[in-house]
Amino acid sequence: MSLGPVGPAILFALPLAAAIVVFVRPRWSVPVALAAGAVQFAVALALLGVVLEQGAWRQSIGGWSAPLGIGWRLDGLAAALLLMTAAVGLAGAVFHASRPPPPAVVPDPRFFWPLWLFLWGGLNALFLAADLFNVYVALEFVSIASVGLIGLAGGAAQAAALRYLLATLLGSTIYLLGVALLYGRYAALDFALLAERVEPGLVPAIAAALMTLGLLLKAAIFPLHFWLPAAHGRALPAVSAVLSAVVIAAAYYLLVRLWFGPLAPLLGTGVATLLGLLGAAAVMWGGLLALLQRHLKMLIAYSTMSQFGYGLLVFPLAAAGAVEQAWTGALVLVLAHGLAKAALFLAAGAIVLRHGGGRLDALGGDQAGVLIAWVAFAIASASLVGLPPSGGFLGKWWLAQAALATGGYLWLAVLMAGTALTSAYLWRALQAALRAGGETAAEAPALSPALGLCALLLALGAAALGLAAPMLARLLDAVPGGPG
Amino acid sequence: MYLSLTGVLFVLGLHGLFTARNLLRQLLSLNILTTSVFLLFVVLARLAEPLDDVPHAIVLTGIVITISTTAVALALVGRLAGRTRDDDAITAGDPRGDAE
Repeated sequence: MSLGPVGPAILFALPLAAAIVVFVRPRWSVPVALAAGAVQFAVALALLGVVLEQGAWRQSIGGWSAPLGIGWRLDGLAAALLLMTAAVGLAGAVFHASRPPPPAVVPDPRFFWPLWLFLWGGLNALFLAADLFNVYVALEFVSIASVGLIGLAGGAAQAAALRYLLATLLGSTIYLLGVALLYGRYAALDFALLAERVEPGLVPAIAAALMTLGLLLKAAIFPLHFWLPAAHGRALPAVSAVLSAVVIAAAYYLLVRLWFGPLAPLLGTGVATLLGLLGAAAVMWGGLLALLQRHLKMLIAYSTMSQFGYGLLVFPLAAAGAVEQAWTGALVLVLAHGLAKAALFLAAGAIVLRHGGGRLDALGGDQAGVLIAWVAFAIASASLVGLPPSGGFLGKWWLAQAALATGGYLWLAVLMAGTALTSAYLWRALQAALRAGGETAAEAPALSPALGLCALLLALGAAALGLAAPMLARLLDAVPGGPG
Repeated sequence: MYLSLTGVLFVLGLHGLFTARNLLRQLLSLNILTTSVFLLFVVLARLAEPLDDVPHAIVLTGIVITISTTAVALALVGRLAGRTRDDDAITAGDPRGDAE
């Protein structure tokens, strides 16, 4: 038996089993979590290899086939996102394990590891899911774990966590209503079955609108972003990293999965342009707000909202005809963003520990101990801005080509303006490091170099993504309307 | 008949979620909203020809999920109330009441 059928089962079951173990035996937390993380990373890497070799496949769990049974499917996109989740998850775990014990009392430190592993398992399940209802279950799983993780930071983070919970539950419920309507019409939940049956009409259109609305709320796309900055800015560094890099990407993943899968017949120019305009507004508004922030982590949090705006540009560009380029470009951008954003949050976490706070005007002066973190910050920034040869450059290049090929000059302008804003706000953050006369935490804890190294590795990954262009193109090319 | 009840409940829940100032009321509204969606599933199962059993499995799963999310939300509300004590309808919950 090859890794093919077993891999997804490991990715699903291992984090959940590990979560239960570390909940029962908190003392074993760090070794168990790190070992589980390393195994998942290896399995995700191997699965990526299998997908590259033999293409996408789907499998039915326990021999029950659709429509009654539920299945998993694994294609290039899912494999890439699983690997990104594993990379961010592992780096975040190492970061959290090697940070000095916090001076302020954290309410329940022992709950971090079980929740972290639960979140990881939920994300893996989400990327593997092949039907609408499974997706709902995985989404709720991810929400609960994320809310718990945000709340762990205590204080104001708990209010942010509750707001996030209400927003995300509303999003799931609206999504579920859409699922109910689609099911009532077509008696199918499976992506592949639905793709065969859906045709334009009033009921599917309402269902599509509801599901999209729910997912836009979860992906914090403008104007439904109100909950994101507080939740992501106030959480622990590792938590912010995984939330911004992967959890938002998961909602976005479903959005493209639906619109390029079962709902593809409904993707008219009007809908696509509307989604593109929302994306453009997110790019500009998020970028402007990021520019105005005074706190390092809030700046990065607003940047997430801005960067996912690019992702929505895939819809108008694909509807205009440049499906392949827009698709590959947007998804490479999401992958590069995930790695770079996780690097930024981890680096920021180390920097905040060093300076005892995150105010931009207090970050200058002596940088002993966090030099690596700043280097990681700079490299990740370069990828977000899109300097060649980073992954950010590659994604934007493909999107720009799609825009040129279809004459979508508006989208090209958004791409350019967004890039200008991104470089402006990230430059502001980097400039803060060079200023003299910053503050140092009163009793600055000795920081382990592992903190900066985690961020550095992720940042280098984001930068190196650009060099893997041919492989990425091959990995992602089959996806639009690809095999169910 | 039941279909229109679904609609009424949905609108009621949505209205409550956005107008209620009290966290517990918001949570209740959200539960009503979810229930209306479940009701829709059950109605769809009844209307299907022949009778369809998949929606029942879905609703059962959904109920389990809703209970868990409500528990998590209540734990958080309890924490917040214990910290601020300005929410009149909430008496501070057990501070150790974690739902995980």
